[in-house]
Amino acid sequence: MDERKRDIQGVGLSLLNRFAGSEVVDKLGLRKPAEKALYQASKASFGAASMARRRFKSVSQRLRPERMERAGDGGDLFDLTPSDEQAMMQEAARRFAEEVLRPAAHDAEAHAEPSKDVWSAAHELGLAMMAVPEALGGAGAERSAVTSGLVAEQLGWGDPGQACALLAPVGVAHALACWGDAAQQDRYLRAFAEDTPPDAALALLEPAAAFDAAHPGCRAERQGNNWIVTGEKALVPLGPFADLLIVGADCEGLGPRLLLVETRDERVLQTPEPGMGLRAASLGRVQLHGVVLGDDAVLGDADSYAQAIDLARLAWCSLAVGCAQAVLDLVGPYVTERQAFGEPIAYRQGVAFTVADMAIEVDAMRLMTWRALARHDAGLEFHREAVLAHRYCAEHAMQLGSDGVQMLGGHGFVTEYPVERWYRDLRALGIMEGGLLA
Amino acid sequence: MIRLEEPRKFRPLVNQAHQVAAEIFRPISRKYDRAEHAYPKELDMLAALLDGLNAGNSQAGAGVGGVSRSADGDAEGVRNGSNMNIVLAFTELCWGDVGLALSLPRQGLGNAAIVAVANEEQKQRFAGCWAGMAITEPGAGSDSAAIKTTATRDGDDYVINGEKIYITAGGRCDHVVVWASLDLKVGRPAIKSFVVPKGTPGMDLVRLDHKMGIRASDTATIRFSDCRVPAANLLGSPEIDTSKGFGGVMQTFDNTRPLVAAMAVGVSRAALERSRELLAEAGIETGYSTDRWRQTAAAAELTALEAEWEAARLLTLRAAWMADNGQPNSLQASMAKAKAGRIGTRITLRCAELCGALGYGEDELLEKWARDSKILDIFEGTQQIQLLIVARRVLGLTSSQLK
Repeated sequence: MDERKRDIQGVGLSLLNRFAGSEVVDKLGLRKPAEKALYQASKASFGAASMARRRFKSVSQRLRPERMERAGDGGDLFDLTPSDEQAMMQEAARRFAEEVLRPAAHDAEAHAEPSKDVWSAAHELGLAMMAVPEALGGAGAERSAVTSGLVAEQLGWGDPGQACALLAPVGVAHALACWGDAAQQDRYLRAFAEDTPPDAALALLEPAAAFDAAHPGCRAERQGNNWIVTGEKALVPLGPFADLLIVGADCEGLGPRLLLVETRDERVLQTPEPGMGLRAASLGRVQLHGVVLGDDAVLGDADSYAQAIDLARLAWCSLAVGCAQAVLDLVGPYVTERQAFGEPIAYRQGVAFTVADMAIEVDAMRLMTWRALARHDAGLEFHREAVLAHRYCAEHAMQLGSDGVQMLGGHGFVTEYPVERWYRDLRALGIMEGGLLA
Repeated sequence: MIRLEEPRKFRPLVNQAHQVAAEIFRPISRKYDRAEHAYPKELDMLAALLDGLNAGNSQAGAGVGGVSRSADGDAEGVRNGSNMNIVLAFTELCWGDVGLALSLPRQGLGNAAIVAVANEEQKQRFAGCWAGMAITEPGAGSDSAAIKTTATRDGDDYVINGEKIYITAGGRCDHVVVWASLDLKVGRPAIKSFVVPKGTPGMDLVRLDHKMGIRASDTATIRFSDCRVPAANLLGSPEIDTSKGFGGVMQTFDNTRPLVAAMAVGVSRAALERSRELLAEAGIETGYSTDRWRQTAAAAELTALEAEWEAARLLTLRAAWMADNGQPNSLQASMAKAKAGRIGTRITLRCAELCGALGYGEDELLEKWARDSKILDIFEGTQQIQLLIVARRVLGLTSSQLK
């Protein structure tokens, strides 16, 4: 499984070429990071496939963690215009979604993971690089959840399943950049800027009905200077083979915390856990049977834990906005072409009004998600907005998926069109906790 | 840069509107709900206050006169201008009382039409007037192309004949903007709007309607019998341009629909806030818990309603933002009106239910808000008309294809 990421040849290079040819890259001073990614890609070697989990090494002894400035809000105005840099990232992600994710979606679902070509193309896009501060070898200059959301939206438009797999490690990098101490960043965050970044995910969800992420069942008990962690995490992206997990656990005497868990520990059991949709994300069940961790495994504080829930939900909202837009983009042309009773079915209000509602709700979902993300970047309280966006998107994403299949009728139910897959993917909203992080 | 917060520069004005809503509208809200057709004399004083505000703030007026289009390129970068300003102000006013907000002297929908399509000479001549809007007829509501009122050119005048219903503030206003056809055979392109001063011979107030809600606002029927108005009172071009269709008169709606959406946002916020208070008094904790499954059903419902409310609010602000920045916003204005219109009734009706007897009885205003909100999903284009507009735009269909 490691092998797929070591093959750097393939479709990815063509994408990078287009990325490198873009004038915006120069304008925004992104040439260097892009070239750096290319350099790292080209020197990658073909290592032997190994099932062994990654070993993390602490490489330096910095005293203070690297923190990226939040992007801010640009002043006083209500505005829906992405910054130039965001527009560039959006455009690059859109091309990637259109040219790499869409054509690969069907096979990725069948194989329950993105192909190695998709992984390497994503690596060249530099998603993880952007999450790692420059001082740690990455290309990240500022922290913007809006940018993360815009990228997730585009990838979600391409294929939510693969997008989930590709973005899960990026989320872990964001978490380390935001909340990691110097030692944690040295040990883990640097790795995300390397040419073979770790498989990693934020594991919050548990296999329980009416699960409440704020009160995890996973327990970390104090034993001397150690934490003994016992519990079970569900539907974790890359779960069966992730090298690194950020696990949500109720720490004795502290309350809920994020814990860094290296999965080469034999007391971590990783198994596939396929679900209704998002099958390309390699969802997995993770059992922790008395995993022993030191205090250095605790990532951030109580506030970090609470923010992780909200930022994860907003990443899912962004993915859903993109996927819902994909449904609308497919349904519109379909109903104007499909004939019944001697005319396009779009001429009937029963069909047309459904499409109108879909268009309204996609836009509303996007605005709700953007507002919460932008409040984060501006340093404003964003919990209320995240809860409302999540509630809204969970409800309307499900409805959009259902309406999408409905508008295509029988054609929507067969796998000839991707709407049935989107229907299954969109139901993940409202269920998933963690997994991603905007 | 993406930011979806209300600009701080509008806070003083929004606060003023809120003070008016809280200190003037709310205390007399029930009184004029009961005393339908009585003139709320408290509003005269308020209108004088608003005029003063407008005069002192040329960039951002508080009234419907603010819903004009920004000229392209008149300022560097992004603008938050009068469209957003008035949307915010009307949200506050309707948090107080929709009917009273609709009765503000000199803030009629006809005023918005004058601002949107009048020429400079007309804008000056009709400055300071209070104009109602007369479109609907007994036989034509949503199908406004089917109106039968005619305007016949006679020398320097037009002679208007027909009957108009559902004219908001029609009894109290001093002018009415009337839609009439220059030639019934031509259809849409022949429909023009005319400013008719009250007291013009041949213009008769037939009756005032009794309504389910917004009773503080009068709704009039006016008959025009050989009513003669100067040709200079025609708004827009007098030519029948069949290539332009309905465009001229319809463009008013792009500016007024976000305004009506804002009204729904305002009244439903009132219901949400009051429900939260009454639930708290009943010992039911509400808030933004990450865990919806272990909340009470009432708390979870309130959060779901608030999410719908927030969606409508943001769609409304977007439509206003686009207007302020000179972007075509017909689609987004209709999206905002459709969403806000329907959540306005849904939220106010559901809040009445959540609050039980307190929600249904007249001790509280919740039952009144549930009655008031319904009109907001009807006038300035019904829910169904908005969906038609959205669907046609999204699907690229004409009105003959998607009927």
